[in-house]
Amino acid sequence: MSLASKTPLTAGTSRLISLSNTMPWAFAALFLLCLPFVFQSNSALTIMNQMAITIVFALSYNMLLGQGGMLSFGHAVYMGLGGFFAMHVMNMVEGGLWLPLPLLPIVGGLFGLIFAFLIGSFSTRRAGTVFAMISLGVGELIAACSVIIVVFFGGEEGISGDRTMGPPVFGYEFLTQQEVYYLTIFWLLLATLLMYLFSRTPIGRITNAVRDNEERAEFLGYSQRNVRWISFCASGFFAGVAGSLFAINFEILTEENLNLATSGSILLVTFIGGAGFFVGPIIGAVVFTLLQTVLGLHTELWSLYLGILFVSCVMFFPSGFAGLVAMHRRPFALGKLHLLIKPYLKAAIPVVTSVLSLAAILEILFHKRHGYGGDHEMVLYGIAFDSSGYQAIAMAAVIAAISLFLVSRILPEIRAAWDSANHAESRT
Amino acid sequence: MALFLVNVLDGLVTGLLLFMLCSGLTLIFSMMGVLNFAHASFYMLGAYFAYQISLVTGFWAGLIIAPLVVGVIGAGIERYGLRRVHKFGHVPELIFTFGLALLIEEAVQFFWGKSQLPFSEPEALDFAAFAIAGNAFPAYKVFMIFVAMGIFLTLLYILTKTRIGMTIQAALSYPETVQNLGHNVPLVFMCVFGVGTAMAGLAGVIAGPVLGVFPGMAVQLGSIVFVTIVIGGLGSLWGALVASLIIGWMQTFATAYDVTAEQILTAIGFTKPELIWDHPLQDLWTLTLPQLGPILPYLLMVIVLVLRPQGLMGKRES
Repeated sequence: MSLASKTPLTAGTSRLISLSNTMPWAFAALFLLCLPFVFQSNSALTIMNQMAITIVFALSYNMLLGQGGMLSFGHAVYMGLGGFFAMHVMNMVEGGLWLPLPLLPIVGGLFGLIFAFLIGSFSTRRAGTVFAMISLGVGELIAACSVIIVVFFGGEEGISGDRTMGPPVFGYEFLTQQEVYYLTIFWLLLATLLMYLFSRTPIGRITNAVRDNEERAEFLGYSQRNVRWISFCASGFFAGVAGSLFAINFEILTEENLNLATSGSILLVTFIGGAGFFVGPIIGAVVFTLLQTVLGLHTELWSLYLGILFVSCVMFFPSGFAGLVAMHRRPFALGKLHLLIKPYLKAAIPVVTSVLSLAAILEILFHKRHGYGGDHEMVLYGIAFDSSGYQAIAMAAVIAAISLFLVSRILPEIRAAWDSANHAESRT
Repeated sequence: MALFLVNVLDGLVTGLLLFMLCSGLTLIFSMMGVLNFAHASFYMLGAYFAYQISLVTGFWAGLIIAPLVVGVIGAGIERYGLRRVHKFGHVPELIFTFGLALLIEEAVQFFWGKSQLPFSEPEALDFAAFAIAGNAFPAYKVFMIFVAMGIFLTLLYILTKTRIGMTIQAALSYPETVQNLGHNVPLVFMCVFGVGTAMAGLAGVIAGPVLGVFPGMAVQLGSIVFVTIVIGGLGSLWGALVASLIIGWMQTFATAYDVTAEQILTAIGFTKPELIWDHPLQDLWTLTLPQLGPILPYLLMVIVLVLRPQGLMGKRES
């Protein structure tokens, strides 16, 4: 019996540590190590740190949504609680407790794990709608408590701390943004690797089985509730790690870190990236952070665009960006990817202009409605014009109509190219 | 005693308002097996449309037209959005309605801005209907009670006594069989979705003047609505009614009576520490019942789910 259970395990480990498996990780590590030499400004480092934190959080969320089929509306609770506890421990370090800063995420992770264990004990009995509603209720409960329990959550202004008070690690005290960046990516890589390995373990595989058919998994002898509970706890741990990284980076935590809006946005991040793929949440987190920071600088309407992107993602490409990329695996394997390049290039310009002109219509409308004190002067894509009349909006509408028409003309061509690129046998 | 009566009536108003949302949500849930996360957003749309219409025609036209518009929008979203996502399964449906809720909130801010709109009750109802020991009870709240009761009784009548209602009920439990009998089940579903959202819109119109018209009004009520139908039991109309009334009264009484933890703790025999602001238990001592009010529904939900996972009147767990 023991021998029989040993064989697949060792077979699994030998597969795990092969060159083709470790190469992507090594490349990722090298890439992340080199990034600060390209983007040196503090603001760029802050954005990258934020991205790393969102990646860890989104990956932990995808342990529920993508791998376990559990839709949670309250995942920020575990990140927030982990972060709050980490912050309190950081303040205890200032008071004399010995704990080097790089170990702090373990503390936050453990607290995330404890709360996931407690809440998961009753919330993981069912997946689907019931789980979603319980997670929503618990999320609201904790968010409401955070305003009442001032000693722990610090009320409206939250709690803050100082990361530099701990014992120095190899002479580093984490004073500069760059040192914090390296600490963050160390944990990003470690957490990502652990979460990836978790998805490969037998329990990770059984989680997928429970997601796909809980009844059959039960007949195999696995309790669906326990399987969900275990992955819920693991997910809570990594959410807590993300929370501690947030505490280290921003040195402040508020009610905002565990409320419903944060939980909702991590669902959005994960889904846009592609919940069905391990790399999906990573793509989603990068895209989301870029949209938030870069687009947010240029327009007030960025969250409207994000909402439109999200809804159209659910309707038209539910496997997310990662799914869009993965769709091209088959043409690539058939060596027919080149067939798609020409129609894609042809479509690129009309697609881009139609998106830009539709956005222009929204921007001009918004400016007309909410222009401050009769200020009609508006700058869009580097062009200054008067938004009060109907000329500008009419022009944007005409451009949008023309480019949409062009897109609709090119669509059949793309579809034909797609069909021929996906067929194995070529008729010559 | 007088104050108690006033609170009973106030709680009834809140509870019935909640029920107007929950009944539509419950109908839609038992029909499609999906919770419409955007339900409270339709409630918000109702209030905003009514405000916009009332600028032109006054309150009463808005009361009729706004829910109709919301219903048509709801039916359209079911037809062209939800039905498309339906084939992917329940979880993507829920995610779709969640995205819809985000999008509606953004759209509302796009058109009407972020500040609260001056939407007030009609002058015809701007008087005190009666007074209980000096506490005036506004006529508008009486009107709200009557509208909500009227809607509930009409719904009950249609669902249980008419042919259309029978078809809907049959379509809820055996859609394939009803389809085979020659009824257009997708059309029935679309209509139920439209009516459900229209009811949410109507709730928005009559709640707007009392609770305020602002972009956060959907979020404010949204989670409470879900909590209510989970407590009542998913898919149970009577459960939704009972849970709505319980939550309405619970919240009203919690805000009305200023019981502090200090009073209770000293009554039991503890003494208050002198330096309360540095004390680790400071929050326990300074806690008041109005502070606890907003979290009571969630607390109740967790308790109900632990003790009775199917909800108060639900039949099954999932």
